[in-house]
Amino acid sequence: MNHLLIAPVVLPAIVAPFIVMALRHHLQLQRVFSVGSSVLLSIITLALAVQAADGTIQIYELGNWSAPFGIVLVLDRLSAMMITLTALLGLAVALYAIGSGWDTRGRHFHALLQFQLMGILGAFLTGDAFNLFVFFEVLLIASYGLMIHGGGAVRLQAGVQYVVYNLLGSTLFLFALGTLYSVTGTLNMADLAVRVAEMPADDTALLRAGALMLLLVFAIKAAVLPLHFWLPASYANAPLPVAALFAIMTKVGAYSILRIYTLVFGPDVAATAGIVTDWLLPAAMLTLAAGAIGVLGAREIGRLVAFGAIASMGTLLIAISLFTAEAAAAALYYTLHSTLAAALMFLVADQVMERRGGAIVATGPMPQSGLISALFFAGAIAMAGMPPLSGFLGKLLVMDAARDADLVWWIWAVILAGSLITIVGFARAGTEIFWKSHDASISAAPAETSTDADPDPEDAPSGALALVVIFGLVAGLALLTVFAGPVSHYTEATAAQLFDPAAYINAVLGSAK
Amino acid sequence: MEILLASAVGILTASGVYLILRLRSFPVILGLSLITYAVNVFLFATGRLAVGAPPILNKYAEVAYTDPLPQALVLTAIVISFGMTAVVVMIALGAYLSARHDKIDMTSADEAGDDA
Repeated sequence: MNHLLIAPVVLPAIVAPFIVMALRHHLQLQRVFSVGSSVLLSIITLALAVQAADGTIQIYELGNWSAPFGIVLVLDRLSAMMITLTALLGLAVALYAIGSGWDTRGRHFHALLQFQLMGILGAFLTGDAFNLFVFFEVLLIASYGLMIHGGGAVRLQAGVQYVVYNLLGSTLFLFALGTLYSVTGTLNMADLAVRVAEMPADDTALLRAGALMLLLVFAIKAAVLPLHFWLPASYANAPLPVAALFAIMTKVGAYSILRIYTLVFGPDVAATAGIVTDWLLPAAMLTLAAGAIGVLGAREIGRLVAFGAIASMGTLLIAISLFTAEAAAAALYYTLHSTLAAALMFLVADQVMERRGGAIVATGPMPQSGLISALFFAGAIAMAGMPPLSGFLGKLLVMDAARDADLVWWIWAVILAGSLITIVGFARAGTEIFWKSHDASISAAPAETSTDADPDPEDAPSGALALVVIFGLVAGLALLTVFAGPVSHYTEATAAQLFDPAAYINAVLGSAK
Repeated sequence: MEILLASAVGILTASGVYLILRLRSFPVILGLSLITYAVNVFLFATGRLAVGAPPILNKYAEVAYTDPLPQALVLTAIVISFGMTAVVVMIALGAYLSARHDKIDMTSADEAGDDA
């Protein structure tokens, strides 16, 4: 067994309590350990990605209990890609929080960040459905703490909503797992896949109920339309660097959908064939539409970006819900892009918030207006899917993959119209915030509607490190564009592996036979 | 016994959903607790109902036994839901003390207002 496989879970699980218990009064040391752990995680996950790139599927049997009796961690191309993305994003957020001073506004930021990374990385690695639930809870309980970091009445209220909503989601997750267990007698994903495929097609009412309940749970996490209400209020009221980290949390939902509904309830399984696509595709298109309209209607920059994130989840889920290898490859490329783009936009929004408050009204010029507006412009281009950045390529891949779908015209119409509305929304916001603020007649009458978060001089506009992180994310998007060829080869290989569940099942259960 | 257990799960869930829709934090937390009780009982029942049977196999004799896995799952679920309830109580208390009311829904005045 390759013990490197458990390191992404164990390392933050050791560092986080160490920070809480030994370093609680030493912010500088907390920063050192947090960044050190994030750098190490990035190196480990990159090493794992290199190992997984040749298509081998590695498993790690916890306590040496062989599957399906023990819990296994599984590393395939998809997991490797997602954990690398998570670790790099975690590093960016840790550095940004240090650079912008967010980690001084409340306690335990770095410990919670490490716990959050542990939950997300574990969720991407696990091969057991109940263990997935446990890691969901780990990442959620850390996200509750991060969400209310810094405090404040509105943030706490939004936090209560967020926690209650997610607790309900967790309860539903347990109901779904219970239903599946009662029908199949197992919760190991590979074993579930075998048992589900063997089930007679005429006695599957409970199984289908369980499959749809599970879809509902993942749809809550992925903010699919009728279940997306938690996202704008939570993300807009959370500290915006935390919202940047949360950009990966919606992807956990998308990843789970992709994993479970290709492996366990795949397109070939007679019992559940079609039920997921039938529900998910229209919901994904509505999600995109709602996100785009929300971008247009937002009056506050955090909310603007949150709706932009919802719109990008819509595009991503359209690609996922087609359940073809080509569409999944496009979805994976778009996942990389939209995570980086959403994180970038949340960090730029934080810079704007720090300088002039979040309201999208003209309030007079702010310091470094030219630089921030350029970054906002780059982020908006990426998020709306305009050339030259990777959002354009991602959307192109998604639309190309939808070419053979039944609803192809609907899909194209929704994606294109959604992109147009998103562009208009971002252009309107950018005009109000950056251009009109230089209008002499407006800057003469300053901000009666300013919602400046902290007039405290200690929280004055942030230092160079924060801007370096933002430029790093822009560079990441640029690299994703320049190396679109190799990256899409990798995602195609990943999708091919995903739609060949036999290899996964053999890797996990092979040792038991 | 099946009817008793099924109706217990159903009534607990229904009461929990009703309480969650009350939009004040105290009833909502009570409702969440009721739903987690319901899901715990439900998980317990997924291994089939057996009375007086230990969750242990006996290799020397044919004895009745019950599925041990749901019991482990329930134990995990109880621990997690207990912790989660503690967290939500603390956050709701913080929200109540700083906002001076315990409404769950946010009015538009709150959302547009100062995020201090």
